[in-house]
Amino acid sequence: MSDSLLLVAMVVVPAVGAAVVAGLPKHRTATARQLALGVSLVVLVLAVLATVAFDPDGDRFQLTTSVPWIPGFGVDFALGVDGIALVMLLLVGVLVPVVVLASWEDTAPPNRSMRTFFAWLLLLEACMVGVFAATDVFLFYVFFEAMLVPMYFIVGSFGGPRRQYAAVKFFLYSLVGGLVMLAAVIGLYVVSEAAGEGTFAFESLRQLDIDPGVQRLLFLGFFVAFAIKAPLVPLHTWLPDAGAEAPVGGAVLLVGVLDKVGTFGFLRYCLPLFPEASREFAPLVLVLAVAGVLYAALLAMGQTDMKRLVSYTSIAHFGFIALGVFAFTTEAGTGAVLYMVNHGIATGLLFLVVGMLIARGGSRLVGDYGGVASRAPKLAGVFLVAGLASLALPGTNSFVSEFLVLIGSFPTRPVFTVLATVGIILAALYVLLLYQRTMHGPPRGVLFPAGDAADDAADGAAGGAAPHGATAPPAGAGHGATAAPAGGGHGAHGATATLTAPAPARSGGASRMYDLTRRETLVVAPLVALVLVLGVYPQPLIRLIEPAVAATMSDVGAGSAPSEGTD
Amino acid sequence: MPIEAPDLSFAALAPLLFVLGAACVGVLVEAFGPRESRHPVQVGVALVGTLGGLVTTLLLAGTQEVTAGGALAVDGAGLFLQATIAALGALSVLLFAERNLDPARSAFVVSAAVPAGSARDRELLTVQRVQTEVYPLATFAVGGMMLFVTANDLLVMFVALEVLSLPLYLISGLARRRRLLSQEAAVKYFLLGAFASAFFLYGLALVYGATGSVRLSAVRDAVGAGQSDTLLVLGLALLVVGLLFKASVAPFHTWTPDVYQGAPTPVTAFMAACTKVAAFGAILRLLYVAFGTEEWTWRPLVYGVAIVSMVVGAVLGLTQTDLKRMLAYSSVAHAGFLLVGVVGFPATGDPAGSGLPAVLFYLLAYGTTTLGAFAVLTLVRSGDGEATHLSQWAGLAQRSPLTAAVMSLFLLALAGIPLTSGFTGKFAVFRAAIEDGAWPLALVALLASAIAAFFYLRVIVLMYFSEPAADGPTVGVPGMPTTIVLAVTAAATLVLGVVPGAVLGLADRAAIFVG
Repeated sequence: MSDSLLLVAMVVVPAVGAAVVAGLPKHRTATARQLALGVSLVVLVLAVLATVAFDPDGDRFQLTTSVPWIPGFGVDFALGVDGIALVMLLLVGVLVPVVVLASWEDTAPPNRSMRTFFAWLLLLEACMVGVFAATDVFLFYVFFEAMLVPMYFIVGSFGGPRRQYAAVKFFLYSLVGGLVMLAAVIGLYVVSEAAGEGTFAFESLRQLDIDPGVQRLLFLGFFVAFAIKAPLVPLHTWLPDAGAEAPVGGAVLLVGVLDKVGTFGFLRYCLPLFPEASREFAPLVLVLAVAGVLYAALLAMGQTDMKRLVSYTSIAHFGFIALGVFAFTTEAGTGAVLYMVNHGIATGLLFLVVGMLIARGGSRLVGDYGGVASRAPKLAGVFLVAGLASLALPGTNSFVSEFLVLIGSFPTRPVFTVLATVGIILAALYVLLLYQRTMHGPPRGVLFPAGDAADDAADGAAGGAAPHGATAPPAGAGHGATAAPAGGGHGAHGATATLTAPAPARSGGASRMYDLTRRETLVVAPLVALVLVLGVYPQPLIRLIEPAVAATMSDVGAGSAPSEGTD
Repeated sequence: MPIEAPDLSFAALAPLLFVLGAACVGVLVEAFGPRESRHPVQVGVALVGTLGGLVTTLLLAGTQEVTAGGALAVDGAGLFLQATIAALGALSVLLFAERNLDPARSAFVVSAAVPAGSARDRELLTVQRVQTEVYPLATFAVGGMMLFVTANDLLVMFVALEVLSLPLYLISGLARRRRLLSQEAAVKYFLLGAFASAFFLYGLALVYGATGSVRLSAVRDAVGAGQSDTLLVLGLALLVVGLLFKASVAPFHTWTPDVYQGAPTPVTAFMAACTKVAAFGAILRLLYVAFGTEEWTWRPLVYGVAIVSMVVGAVLGLTQTDLKRMLAYSSVAHAGFLLVGVVGFPATGDPAGSGLPAVLFYLLAYGTTTLGAFAVLTLVRSGDGEATHLSQWAGLAQRSPLTAAVMSLFLLALAGIPLTSGFTGKFAVFRAAIEDGAWPLALVALLASAIAAFFYLRVIVLMYFSEPAADGPTVGVPGMPTTIVLAVTAAATLVLGVVPGAVLGLADRAAIFVG
């Protein structure tokens, strides 16, 4: 059946594409990015075809393939998707072409080539598809670890000034988690061997009845790896560094997809394989989740670096996702999976917009920007959409998922749910403060050299922005007064924190300030569209996700299905 | 009393005869061959010997017999290890034969007897004459190693230990550059090695005293009968210490960094790959065949030593600034990982045990990878010889992307990243340990892997993410021999990681000890 080859093709096509791109001569950047775009679009088409072929009411795993890979270990190259994995593949399919387009005009640091960047990007895509599509635990582990290598090189070769530190920290955190998981993976095999035939196949492992003591150990092994990946507080410290130092395209995939492997892992492996241990540890996980929601939101408010800020907002969002997963109801679980997709879109968009702003100003500091909206209304508009989507305003995609998580969790975990709702308010604060500081107010900062900024303010007052200047002069003046010394202080700081490869070489001064170019519009358009469409019509995705989540929840002996399941 | 000639199965002995025969021919060539043609002839003889040994072991696959009056056990595990040693030995010979990299056309000193730094020595430094004694010496060492892993008798094991060690002591002192360092390494290796041999010999005597035999099977029977425990345990401990020394397992590893650093890099590669295989072969045979029923005595010892070795190797590896020393500590850590697999061994002859095949596979994987890594080290050179200081490798990827890529592959394999041979090997030994209930040991091993990954990674960071120094090293263009070595080891590292099924199956079938 040709359907079953879809997933294989989704792994093989980008992997081959990566090899071809890597083999191009160094100066053929244009060919490299065209090829990368082409390949990633092919993967998107394949993902859509897979969705069409997928029957939500059919078997749990569909489009399956399985060929023996390492018979000595009982390992199969087995791929297949349930609804959860499928929507993640769709997310990968959408985000990678967007990232390729977003990195279109980036210039590589000296002595490096963007060709290499695109090759790593495609290899990363192959690994990301593999990690979601694997139905063999060993194969999952292989992709899980292999995924680190391309990301490591993307951060380390093409990132910001502290890229070496960030790349190594990212790699080591993930590797330690991965190795602990490896012990659990082997343990799982040994358990299956004791119960009959040694296997890594997910479906067979799911049917094992594992001793609760062993379950606890194995659960912890998997949990540590996923909690680092997701990341949950207190294992999150690598993400702000990696997110801030990664090139924008890398950061989008890091936060948008790679981290989802953690929460995906909770749902796919922790819950169904170790139901009793999951129930036992759920309170602990929920504490970490809610702590993450609140703590990361507070930290986000305190950040001066925009990319770090966005990274912290994601940590807060991952708290919500973990809450949804470990609330053990189908609604909350469905909400969590939907949140994974929506977060990828919303935060991806936010990272992209922030990246565009940084490309113009050459600084990552919030304090170096102000009044951008007056000169770049479209950029500001998209920024606002991204921000509102990430604070889950009704009408945007994230609202649906956050709402589902909260109403789904409330019946089983009222206290945690109530605490988490505080996070919504904090989210509104950090997003709106960021927006206000950078987009509104008098034009100032690196994009508006002093003399020019005064002119611009006058222009603004004379033009359409009159209400802003006229109705709130005291606020505006106060803002300006406090911001001036802060801006000066940041300016000195900004010089050291400036990216190695800043904006395209436009002549300095205010002429660096320009609105979205046609390419940038093309980059953000699909994501903006998704934010709005999924905000009002999330039904198709929920339709895909819900049966898979319901099956998972019945594995763990919870959810709307009343049966006690595996006990 | 007439001495009976032992029964000899020449077929089963063929690999040994081939290699040792080639070594003897090499000595004759050295004595009688004309100097001009000596180098190619010696390389040819050494290659024919090692490759011949490889082919004959492969032809013998499936043989299981005890021959030479019970002194040799030609069995699956022995043949697998012999083939591994012969193959790695042939690759090492190719590294020795490289003539394009050093401006004086060889990594070996012209005349080792000339005092370092003397007028004559300076004169010889630029002479393009090459030293060819290293080939028969290395071939003898390979022969000794192949004998070591099939020895079914403690005395034969001791003889093999000496046959493999003596040439190694010599050739580690033959570096052309930094001769004093090299000679110091040789003396150190010799002195400590002599101690280790003495330990082994004393242990042998005690075991003989306790059991009345040096034959492994006889020892096993005596052990099973439960005779005189103190002597036996002491003897076992001393034997194991002697072997752990050769395998550079901490706390018997102190020679490793110095010798690895001082010896000519091709010799280091040879030692790191082949000696490790041979020493572990002997450890496996001793523990499983002679003391398999006495598992309770050696298991805690091996358990403890494995932890020490992994931790020492990983932690001290972090502090190294010289690549050869770093790889030496890496070798100590890997010896610990191998012992994890040794622990994961149920009683002798149990076909379900996955410890033995795991260790066999790991040895092959580690041997090829580490040989490749040292081969890369020979390429990167500054003024006087190889540039092994870490800082000199900064930005190497910009100078020579291919070299950096190949080195990264080897380093990732040593770190145990999936889709490389190192991962498959680690997975196999850890699985064996966990299956055997030794999961705390496996956890320590995993943490040690994580620590060790840091120093492998540091090299990659340096090569790729740092700016090259202004007066950095040059990357030599390797000749055919080194190119072959790099291609073969890199391919093996990938193949054993991506499609290891066939070799794992082979190791599984080979995991049989007779005797």
